[in-house]
Amino acid sequence: MFDNFGPNIARVLEKYWGLFLQGAGYTLLLSFITVFFGTILGSALALMRRSRFKPANALATGYVELMRGTPLLLQLYFFYFMLPELLPLLNLSKFACVSIALVFNSAAYVCEIVRAGIQAVDPGQTEAARTLGLSARQAMTRIVLPQAVKNILPALGNEFVTVIKETSLASTFFVGDLMTQYSTVRGTMFLVLEPLVVVGVIYFLLTFFLSKLVNSLERRMKASD
Amino acid sequence: MIETIALCKNFGDLEVLRGITETVRNGEVISVIGPSGSGKSTFLRCLNLLESPTSGTVVFDGVSLTDRGVDLNLHRQKMGMVFQHFNVFPHLTVLQNITLAPVLLKKRSRPDAEAYARELLARVGLSDKAQEHPRRLSGGQKQRLAIVRALAMDPEVMLFDEPTSALDPEMVGEVLQVIKNLVLQGMTCVIVTHEMGFAREVSSRVLFMDEGRIEEQGSPEELFDRPRSPRTQAFLSKVLR
Ligand SMILES: Nc1ncnc2c1ncn2[C@@H]1O[C@H](COP(=O)(O)OP(=O)(O)O)[C@@H](O)[C@H]1O
Ligand SMILES: [Mg+2]
Repeated sequence: MFDNFGPNIARVLEKYWGLFLQGAGYTLLLSFITVFFGTILGSALALMRRSRFKPANALATGYVELMRGTPLLLQLYFFYFMLPELLPLLNLSKFACVSIALVFNSAAYVCEIVRAGIQAVDPGQTEAARTLGLSARQAMTRIVLPQAVKNILPALGNEFVTVIKETSLASTFFVGDLMTQYSTVRGTMFLVLEPLVVVGVIYFLLTFFLSKLVNSLERRMKASD
Repeated sequence: MIETIALCKNFGDLEVLRGITETVRNGEVISVIGPSGSGKSTFLRCLNLLESPTSGTVVFDGVSLTDRGVDLNLHRQKMGMVFQHFNVFPHLTVLQNITLAPVLLKKRSRPDAEAYARELLARVGLSDKAQEHPRRLSGGQKQRLAIVRALAMDPEVMLFDEPTSALDPEMVGEVLQVIKNLVLQGMTCVIVTHEMGFAREVSSRVLFMDEGRIEEQGSPEELFDRPRSPRTQAFLSKVLR
């Protein structure tokens, strides 16, 4: 199996570097879509979980528990097969179905990130704002959220890194991400290990440098208060 | 100005305030002393309904704040509050800390609010800090900022909850001096404090709280020199020594 390992890697890279690059692009795109829309949906869920309106709160709580308590792969299957059934008119592509599944999954985690970020702000801040006469909403938007953002942004960065790895599950449906390209190359070159190593290194480089970026962002934010 | 009637507050099974009927009159300076856990902070926080009383009434300027449908935000504007841990806003500059509420709530123009803020800062010796972020301030400076932030709303009464308890000893004096100046200008104040010398000096009346009740009250001379209740005597003998 390890015969010709070096030369094989070289062959794989030479022949398919374009494919891997495209795969990495899709992986990043999928991750970006996931975290971007996951953040919007997740923030809405966090708002619902903080609301005093019981049904909204219960709905959001149930949703978060459900999404965090079932495997992502199962959710991918669910959305992949159910969405075209439920919304046939939209004519959703494979990529869209998988993206939506990832967004709905990530939103549950983002909801908790946002909630934790808000809770980490000293309650004394809200009290000080309220004693000045600010309404609950004004205290939230003027005082709490600007401080919570410093906790939330780095955590969202980490979520992005996690999602990059999780999108590999999307390759189950051949949506063109990095892991999909691995399957393609494996099938055409009849090599198992070499393309796996190449793809692994690409994943690692992506997550490694993004993590570093997140860390430095986090440090910069800490320093500014 | 502020009147509490049979004020009670429970946290779960814990009865923290057990029926407090008390009046804060215009121009009075009231110090609240007592052992830790006796309910002093809770009493103060009930005055602006930062804690909502379990039962009883709080009347401010003739309005019952405990009634449903009262615009608390409006009334809170007239009651400044200063906390033990300052609670200055770390994401805003010193000037923004002060102007935020007047601009947002009193619809003051920004230049007006800033001019007033600078005037107040000068009074507490922080003129040169206007553009700083609070993280660059010492504890004493943060607390002076917190006081100015409250004053910028032109409150009718100031509530202080142990304003010097979180300070290094060398900074206590500067904050007490600021409060003293306020008192001299006739500001109505309710001050929870462990600084007995200060309480004696500035107060028109001292309340001694114990186990959720006002055990004894009187002028500083009465309370500190001739306490009648054995509990007051025991407490004072411990803290005055
Ligand atoms: N938010 C709260 N939840 C539960 N218990 C509280 C809360 N705030 C205060 N207490 C309790 O109420 C009692 C009185 O507290 P407090 O008013 O802070 O006393 P003091 O200011 O005189 O030290 C204490 O036993 C304290 O633990
Ligand atoms: Mg206290």
